[in-house]
Amino acid sequence: MQTTRTRRLSLVACLVSLTFACGGGAPQNGAPGAAPASAGGGSATVVRITGSDTMVNLVQAWAENYRKTKPDVSVQVAGGGSGVGIAGLIDGILDLAASSREMEAKEIERAVQKNGHKPTEYSVALDALSVYVHKDTPIDAISLDELAEIYGDKGSLDKWSQLGAKVTGCSSDTIVRVGRQNSSGTYVYFREAVLGAKREYKLGSIDQSGSKDVVALVGRTPCAIGYSGMAYLTPEVKALKVSKKKGEPGVAPSNETAMNKTYPLARALYFYSPGELKPQVKAFIDWVLSAEGQKIVKDVGFVPIGGPSS
Amino acid sequence: MRQRASHRLSRASENLIEWTIRLCGWSAIFFVFSILFFVFREAAPALGDAGLSLVEFFTSSNWRPDSTIQPQFGIVALLAGTVAVTALAMLIAVPAGLGAAIFVSEYCGSKTRETLKIVIEFLAAIPSVVWGFIGAVVLNPIITQATGAPIGINVLNGAIILALMSVPIIMSVGEDAFRAVPDTYREAAVSLGASRWQIVYKVLLPAAKNGLLAAVLLGVGRAVGETMAVLMATGHSVAIPHSVLDPVRTLTATIAAELGETVEGGLHYRVLFVIGSLLMLISLAVNLTADLVVKGIRGRQNV
Repeated sequence: MQTTRTRRLSLVACLVSLTFACGGGAPQNGAPGAAPASAGGGSATVVRITGSDTMVNLVQAWAENYRKTKPDVSVQVAGGGSGVGIAGLIDGILDLAASSREMEAKEIERAVQKNGHKPTEYSVALDALSVYVHKDTPIDAISLDELAEIYGDKGSLDKWSQLGAKVTGCSSDTIVRVGRQNSSGTYVYFREAVLGAKREYKLGSIDQSGSKDVVALVGRTPCAIGYSGMAYLTPEVKALKVSKKKGEPGVAPSNETAMNKTYPLARALYFYSPGELKPQVKAFIDWVLSAEGQKIVKDVGFVPIGGPSS
Repeated sequence: MRQRASHRLSRASENLIEWTIRLCGWSAIFFVFSILFFVFREAAPALGDAGLSLVEFFTSSNWRPDSTIQPQFGIVALLAGTVAVTALAMLIAVPAGLGAAIFVSEYCGSKTRETLKIVIEFLAAIPSVVWGFIGAVVLNPIITQATGAPIGINVLNGAIILALMSVPIIMSVGEDAFRAVPDTYREAAVSLGASRWQIVYKVLLPAAKNGLLAAVLLGVGRAVGETMAVLMATGHSVAIPHSVLDPVRTLTATIAAELGETVEGGLHYRVLFVIGSLLMLISLAVNLTADLVVKGIRGRQNV
């Protein structure tokens, strides 16, 4: 009797440890930054792209359309944030990193140390980074100074009434700051463009993992303000006009204002490659920058790179 | 002759099975120690790094690991977030879980019991990302409308979600503890004229005390370690909460959100592993306490 019980116990222990073994040994497919699983089988040529969440829909659209022109090349896309893409580029596990911000000098240096090559930068699209509020919020424009006081460390604005607005459905009057997690290129770009190089974010913002999540949360929360790519506009939110200084007329985010840079938060979206380009990667970038590739930029909701072809 | 050969064969296969099983048992220990070793090894270099001050780590609430001006690694706000969400979750889950355990083991008939157990244990099978989604999309507007809070993803939201996730554990371990109380106790109480509730309150609760404590601690362990659901339901906001309606960020969510962008071997990467080590020490302490408490029950019952 006693031995049977011991046996049974050790059988349970065995099952438990097997479960552990499986859990520990499984490849980390779900982890951000991990190369996505091969879709095209072993023989197809592969272009692996990881990074910016702002760009993930755009890059996905490129990948799907590129398959129609070049069925033998499989473009594999994963998100996670620009920081994840750049970390992957430095670690040498990617063909291209998608990034909604420029690589920092420190990161370039690290890439040179690790791979011996300076990464190459390609601007592949333009974005007017938009400031979103709930659709019922009674303000239409905001200045960079005001944004800095809302988002910046020791900033003085935390009530909607300070902006002269009485927001319906927001009885607490608190401005709920919605932002991105720090792996996001948008998070880094917004800090530089709005707060400058010398100012930190005010802690206590609601940090979301995706561009779409920011807009969805703002759409559900009357007290909220948030920033995200222009392509993520939904009927539940409105994009504010933005001016450089308080009192100046605000500029709405649009194709024209992004292209002529009158919109204060106009930025480029980038691909970064490690120094040497595989031929299939070069062909893909050439196609992205062609009229056909840039038409997709417009379809997704971003702004094509200015040039004779667009 | 043939009989003897088959006897020998069965003996050999028995030996083989016994050794396989033994290996399986030991491998669990091996895995646990390898994980501990790996996490501590990744964390250790940070402790000697000039960029990380342990005083700042345990006393500052400024968490700015990627600052280009001056990286700051203070975990007070994150620790406060974990403690606040876990404490409130337990405040909800312990009465609910133990209540369910009492009902299932003492009050209801065997058919209801089986149904209830299956349904409640099904709660445990729902993936945490689904819970997080429920918190972010369903509970968020409900909380905003009911309380007038500026935002509905906060301590309360995370705590409700975590409570729902730990009730099944607390219930099933708690029920086992009630079942372990010998029926002679109940019979003695009934013969003295005790009502059903008097039996539960005066006899079973004291007798099953240790098992129930273990149930609660296992629930705490579940709540402290949960990542995805709290990442989505608490607002992921670095701030010390002043009320249950404030958004917070937990230690686990910080690791999940930030590990992907760190460069292997960098300071930020190592500090996240320091947080991981801290979390492991917390769960180890909780599990050890639970184990010792359970041993306490067994010891007493054998006497």
